Amino acid sequence: MSMHTFNVNGQKVTVETDDDVRLLWVLRDLLGIHGPKYGCGLDVCKACTSHINGKSFNPCSVRVADIKPTDQITTIEGLPATVGADLHPMQQAWLDQDVAQCGYCQPGQIMAAVALVKSKNGAPITEADLDGIRNICRCGTYPRIREAIRQGAAKM
Amino acid sequence: MATRSQQSRKHPAGPAMAPGTDNRPHDHGDIPDNGEAARDGFSRRRFLGYLLAAPTLVVAAELSLSSTRSNQADAAIPSAPGPSDLFDLGDLQNLAAAPTSGLISIQVNADGTASFALPRAEVGQGITTSIGMLIAEEMDLPLNKVIVTLADARPELLLNQLTGGSNSIRSMYTPVRVAAATARARLVATAAAKFGVDVSTLKVSGGVITTADGRTATYGSLAVAASSSVVITLPVQLKPQSRFTLVGTSQNRVDALAAVTGKKVFTMDLVVPNALPTMVCRPPSINGTVKSVANIAAVELMPGVTDVVIVSTGVAVRAATFGQCIDAVDALEVTWGAGSEDAQSDATVLAEIRAAQIPLVVPPLNLLAKTVDGDFTFYFRSNSPLETNCAIADVRATSAEIWSSLKSPISAQAAIAQKLGLPQTSVKCHVTTGGGSFGRHLFWDAAIEAAEISQKLKKPVKLMWHRTDDFRHGRTHPLATSRIRATYLAGNVVTFEQRHTSVSTDFSHGLGEAITSVAAQLPVAGNLSFSETVFELTANVPYNFGVTTQLLSEVDMGFHTGSTRNIYSPDVCTSTELMVDKIAKTAGQDPYQFRRAFLKDARSIAVLDKVAQVGNWGRTMPAGTAQGIAFHSEYKGVSACLVEIDCTPATVNRKIRDAFTGPRVTKVVFAVDVGFALNPKGIEAQMLGGIMDGIAQTLTSSLHFKNGIPLEGSWDNYYYTRQWNVPPTIQVIVMPTTTGNPGGAGEFGVAASMAAVATAYGRATGTMPTSFPINHNSPLGFTPLPLEPPLPLEPTNGLTSGN
Repeated sequence: MSMHTFNVNGQKVTVETDDDVRLLWVLRDLLGIHGPKYGCGLDVCKACTSHINGKSFNPCSVRVADIKPTDQITTIEGLPATVGADLHPMQQAWLDQDVAQCGYCQPGQIMAAVALVKSKNGAPITEADLDGIRNICRCGTYPRIREAIRQGAAKM
Repeated sequence: MATRSQQSRKHPAGPAMAPGTDNRPHDHGDIPDNGEAARDGFSRRRFLGYLLAAPTLVVAAELSLSSTRSNQADAAIPSAPGPSDLFDLGDLQNLAAAPTSGLISIQVNADGTASFALPRAEVGQGITTSIGMLIAEEMDLPLNKVIVTLADARPELLLNQLTGGSNSIRSMYTPVRVAAATARARLVATAAAKFGVDVSTLKVSGGVITTADGRTATYGSLAVAASSSVVITLPVQLKPQSRFTLVGTSQNRVDALAAVTGKKVFTMDLVVPNALPTMVCRPPSINGTVKSVANIAAVELMPGVTDVVIVSTGVAVRAATFGQCIDAVDALEVTWGAGSEDAQSDATVLAEIRAAQIPLVVPPLNLLAKTVDGDFTFYFRSNSPLETNCAIADVRATSAEIWSSLKSPISAQAAIAQKLGLPQTSVKCHVTTGGGSFGRHLFWDAAIEAAEISQKLKKPVKLMWHRTDDFRHGRTHPLATSRIRATYLAGNVVTFEQRHTSVSTDFSHGLGEAITSVAAQLPVAGNLSFSETVFELTANVPYNFGVTTQLLSEVDMGFHTGSTRNIYSPDVCTSTELMVDKIAKTAGQDPYQFRRAFLKDARSIAVLDKVAQVGNWGRTMPAGTAQGIAFHSEYKGVSACLVEIDCTPATVNRKIRDAFTGPRVTKVVFAVDVGFALNPKGIEAQMLGGIMDGIAQTLTSSLHFKNGIPLEGSWDNYYYTRQWNVPPTIQVIVMPTTTGNPGGAGEFGVAASMAAVATAYGRATGTMPTSFPINHNSPLGFTPLPLEPPLPLEPTNGLTSGN
């Protein structure tokens, strides 16, 4: 057991656990941050997609010991604060398109979408960009996700 | 292995199925059933609502009320309607509930909201939104003032708490409205008394009652005054559909904000004191048993681990985090006994199914008749949602409390009580919101396992299945074959025989027991198994194809089965529709025009015409690409789908890492007529999901069983539709109201889209596909995760792997 300090959604946190515990479990089981979901624990389904220092990553596949004290982790719960609003434009686009069905994958989908748009640096979102998103939605909301990303990107 | 090979026949002209015969049950009680005739201005049907004794206004209605009417097909030419045309699975579910009615109740609160505990499960299908709309409509209350939660298991409802068969709206439509209308009537009467005016002078809008001279009272302000200290019955009339202002319009989901902010609470997000993460170490083949464990004490000393215990499904570990559970599971040294299906792989299962097939019997009628045969295979498909099997259990000496997404909570409660040796009334089952279902939550595999572990440990547990286990030990849609023989003579299809043979589907989720109470009232031959009854009530051939028979036979094996979003229909429909294309080709006719000529009624032709027109059927397509078209009817609804597919080498061979790409569906046009769409936007969402399933089932997704266990262990192995498979263009058309009665929608999108993708693939490649998904027998596209240790290592490269 050792102490691990980093920042989550703008707040400094310190947790005591083993170095090898993956960040997803630290967030969910120890810190009670439940927005990132477990869908595989294999860095495949992307349901836990969150941001580290503004870039998307999957906390299921990162040891807590590999997180630096200066690292800024943002989960879906902290996304609106990154734009100083009640909702991030991508979340609003998700509402406008009524994307969610069961909703389980949607926090990860939104976090992946925001990171995708940011990575484009203002260039338009292409069909190939959308085709390349790996996040699973077993309800099959993919078509509305594509529409929402186009809308959200226009307002980011 | 026992082979069960019973058969049932759809008599083409049995007396119980003669056109014009309404053999449906009538509503019990003395209320005349003229159903939704009211919307047309006929005499309005009166229902009895109840005021319950409570400190605030609580109204109730019998859950068994039904407004469904006979919905006969207009069979004008050869084929008589099959049983499912007259009386389908949803009717059975409605009927099964009737003798065991219970009350559902709506409470009006002092803050002006109305709350309702829905005895159904929300698993993403949007039922809480649709039910909320019905209550808001009937009460004249804004939708955001209706709070719909999920009811705990209510044994007094007996069988009427099952979410399945796309039946929720069909069974809840009338009872919910009666309860809401009762609330409105009572509130209006209370306001009339308060203001000393006649009820007829009051106007209601947005939960506010206004007198002719402008005085107002909110529902909230009347909630206590409107309450009753005794139970009172109150005759009420329902608002006619012609006056609906909310129901029938597109509404966004009531839980959307929670979903996009991460605040939607799923089972594993619940905080139950001391319920620590728990996982199970499972055998290397299904139904394997624990012989011995060499190192329980050592594993108990691992970081974070609190407990290790042998249970009936493996070895359970409880720890501070799920990560530490995974480490402990992999550290266990277990000697396993054999599994039940260790000798079984896809090929051996298929061989057993083939041996059980019922022969096709129709001989060529004469030398001029053309016989068209088809033989189709459908491999195992996982019904795993994104949220794996999970449950929380807190079992004490004399009671137990369970939290899980349960679509049949009463049956779950009974099974868990039996397992624990407790009275059913001592087991409280909370129904949580599910992260998808696709058939999986009809069963309580995680709940009963969590209960057993909690009882053995005498501690609360938060049990979650690992993704790999969910694919390998979770339930699967059964492997099946479908054989069809049709004869074509002088411009007509004169016979159409279908023989569907399947690994048996597990229907032990409660509905099965309901059938015994109503068996005598079913319009199908007696002594059928429950599977056969379901088959009879869901399968149909929608075309006038002369003498039509559809038979099911099943083979009992030890696989963990369950239906995957729709029961037999997608496979039955895909086989049928491929054969329709083949017969049309034999007849030298266009697939669309051929279907149009043989479909049984105007509703069916309307959806087919719609997709043909909107999708520009028959347009010239480049080589290697093609259109396909298909039709499906079920759940008192009709649907048609047109797709365009690209099977050119450049597309089929496109590379995306760790992905199956293959043919790409480039366009989908889907038209659906559910009779009356309560929320067209919600219907569209369900169709979109069904289309994604249909694409997956035809092109990409299946389980490969080898030596008693599937090779698939992750979403990069089990090829459910991903963004790279999604059609760039999709249009869903929700048809205007036809019957006025809402049909089922949750599963309805799968069959026609699966079939349309198959027909398009056949036309693009020039070869009719006969084995599904089409990639199943290609070389495996992934390296299977190892069977031991049972769980794959958690990656550590998440900061460098990129997304």
